[in-house]
Amino acid sequence: MIAETGLIALWLAASLALLQFALGAIGLRAEREDYFAAIRPVAVAQGLFVTLSFLLLIWLFLRSDLSVRLVVMNSASVKPLLYKFAGTWGNHEGSMLLWVTVMGLAGAFIALFERSLKRETLVATLAAQAFISLGFYAFLLISSNPFERIFPIPAEGQGLNPLLQDPGLAFHPPTLYFGYVGLSVAFSFAVGAMITRDVGAAFAKAMRPWVLGAWIFLTLGITAGSYWAYYELGWGGWWFWDPVENASLMPWLAATALLHSVTVLATRDGLRAWTLMLAVVAFSMSMIGTFLVRSGILTSVHAFAVDPERGSFILALLAIYIGGAMALFALRVGTVKEGSRFELVSREGALVANNLLLSVILALVFIGTLYPLLVEALTGEKLSVGPPYFNLATGPLALLLAAVMAAGPLLRWRRDNAKALLNRISIPILVAAAALFALALFATGMSVLALLGLALAAGVAVASFAPLWKRNLRRTPIHTYGMIIAHFGIAVALVGMASESSFTEERLVAAKPGDEISVNQWKLKFEAIEPVAGPNWTALEARMTAQYGDGALYQIQPQNRMFPTAQTQTSEAALLTRWNGQLYVVLGDGDNEGRWQVRVWWKPFVTLIWLGGILVALGGFLAMIGRLRRGYKQRKQREFVEAML
Amino acid sequence: MKAKHQRLTLVLLALVALIGAGLLAAYALQDQASYFYTPSDIVERKPEAGQAIRLGGMVEKGSIQRSADGVTVQFIVQDGTAQQRVTYTGITPDLFVEGSGVVADGRLDANGLFVAETLLAKHDENYIPRELEGIDMTSGKHKTETLVQ
Repeated sequence: MIAETGLIALWLAASLALLQFALGAIGLRAEREDYFAAIRPVAVAQGLFVTLSFLLLIWLFLRSDLSVRLVVMNSASVKPLLYKFAGTWGNHEGSMLLWVTVMGLAGAFIALFERSLKRETLVATLAAQAFISLGFYAFLLISSNPFERIFPIPAEGQGLNPLLQDPGLAFHPPTLYFGYVGLSVAFSFAVGAMITRDVGAAFAKAMRPWVLGAWIFLTLGITAGSYWAYYELGWGGWWFWDPVENASLMPWLAATALLHSVTVLATRDGLRAWTLMLAVVAFSMSMIGTFLVRSGILTSVHAFAVDPERGSFILALLAIYIGGAMALFALRVGTVKEGSRFELVSREGALVANNLLLSVILALVFIGTLYPLLVEALTGEKLSVGPPYFNLATGPLALLLAAVMAAGPLLRWRRDNAKALLNRISIPILVAAAALFALALFATGMSVLALLGLALAAGVAVASFAPLWKRNLRRTPIHTYGMIIAHFGIAVALVGMASESSFTEERLVAAKPGDEISVNQWKLKFEAIEPVAGPNWTALEARMTAQYGDGALYQIQPQNRMFPTAQTQTSEAALLTRWNGQLYVVLGDGDNEGRWQVRVWWKPFVTLIWLGGILVALGGFLAMIGRLRRGYKQRKQREFVEAML
Repeated sequence: MKAKHQRLTLVLLALVALIGAGLLAAYALQDQASYFYTPSDIVERKPEAGQAIRLGGMVEKGSIQRSADGVTVQFIVQDGTAQQRVTYTGITPDLFVEGSGVVADGRLDANGLFVAETLLAKHDENYIPRELEGIDMTSGKHKTETLVQ
């Protein structure tokens, strides 16, 4: 019964989305006040029903209801509760339901709390949001019903891919989805504003929290995903330029650009058309990311051709939404009045540079990701675009972007002069130059990119705090602190990346219990190898002790795990985190002579990469709080003044 | 600067940036994209020694030999028609077994031995590396269904 109830709730939510769209579309055309009034409760009801549907699916997974096909395919009754829970969205149908649930909730949230936007724009936004949801409802109900029953009922489910059985990964996909869906809200706002020709500061202020929220989630999602790949795959790398990674990076790049341009729109009422365009591009990237990951086209073009239904569906949705929005943009861009003007050397100018650089990096990642697919689809020739392309194409631009990032916040809005800027930024430049000099002298064997990156990071770290110079720290708004911390986080991550790529030391040996392995100042003693068992796996575990110089002894235990249900083996790397880096140990296969392959890395300051990512997200969070608080205060003041009149 | 001029400047800047991106991509792709080779491709197209290439095929049954140092492995990759000798120093992936698919990044040395820098095996029972799709698995012991997840 629960599965049927879930399906009914999903159908109801879909019908309500249709109603919501119709109310908005007809209401705007006929200017019907009563339709405008009705759209809010409908949006809230839609959000509630789709949430109910998703909760019921979670319930089915938690109870391991093996009469439901999706549960059988992706879960098993012998599995830790956390992974039963996470298994809900660790598959195609469940993740699509999660997507549409978050969209429904976002719509309900806008309907309940958005007060500053012009009413017609709000109605158009809600209608656009419902229109996007409709596509996903149709997708679920027509081709990917998560509540489908199976008969005969099997005795046991097929389990979840062991690689996915990891606490970090349990929350990685939903985090990214929150980001994707936040961008869909920004997209709906842009469509709404284009329909009512209401593009201005008020619109930007209403859209900004959603862009900021989406961006925070994407930042966290990418950071977590990178760390997961780092310790789970056991290859010691933290970013592989894998298409799935790029699928999450591309929306982030677009969202970062959008976040900065929407600030220009909100503060200075400039970059109107450009901001609309970016909102469309950002959501397009979310959709393309979903298409790449969900259609199976990455596994192979052939897999996509064999089962084209899902991929084609997403592709069709992509074409309808993006094509429609682009057409609307082309029609309306002429009527969008250009906002305030500014000089080239100004805060706006720096933000334009930021946007252009981010767009170019986005284009390069986009080309590199899709080019092999395109070539294979057209000619059948197989081609791989790997890290060398991405590093060469995007690395120098990313450094240039970091330099702009250091200077931008020190510029005044509208107009400034280059000399004054040079004055303000002289200390960071000196710091960067000193770092470059010191590194060139003492650090040997660094690549040019890493050398420049490390020196630049030092300058950026200092420059990110420069906006506080001679300011009253207590009166500085919270969102300014947010920006400072986010920019500082980028510098921190840059240090981590450059250090990891330049100073990592590696040892690969076949060792017997009793042997000692040394890397850098570390001495690893291989004590023993023993079998251990977990809830749904067995493993061979190497017991080792690690000692840095004459320091304290640490236990470290890399494993080789077997998952009987999936007949899969995974190696669990062991990590030892110190303040100045991580020791990373992987256990390989044993041989007939009782030796085991052991691979050890010492990675100085590698943790700064993810610490930087967390700082960037934290900065976004502070900016969000600051903006929302200020918006709330301003509204209260306005209401107070209105009440007095 | 007049409003119209400003808009024009911005549009021009964006165009220049996009064209620049295209040129940069074309340059980097031409220089860096590593082409995918099967063992028969290597026989036919004869890549130069030292050129970065990606090799894909099936691990020949009975060909895996571990060296005395315990961390180097030599094996033969075949695609039904041609064979290629490969050496790899490192921990082999979890699913690296005889008769299964493998993708290796590396270079040919002067003697025609492929020196792999990274080794990717079939990830799990549902995943075949993209490049191996469609290759005849004559020695593959079982045919796996590619599930779209």
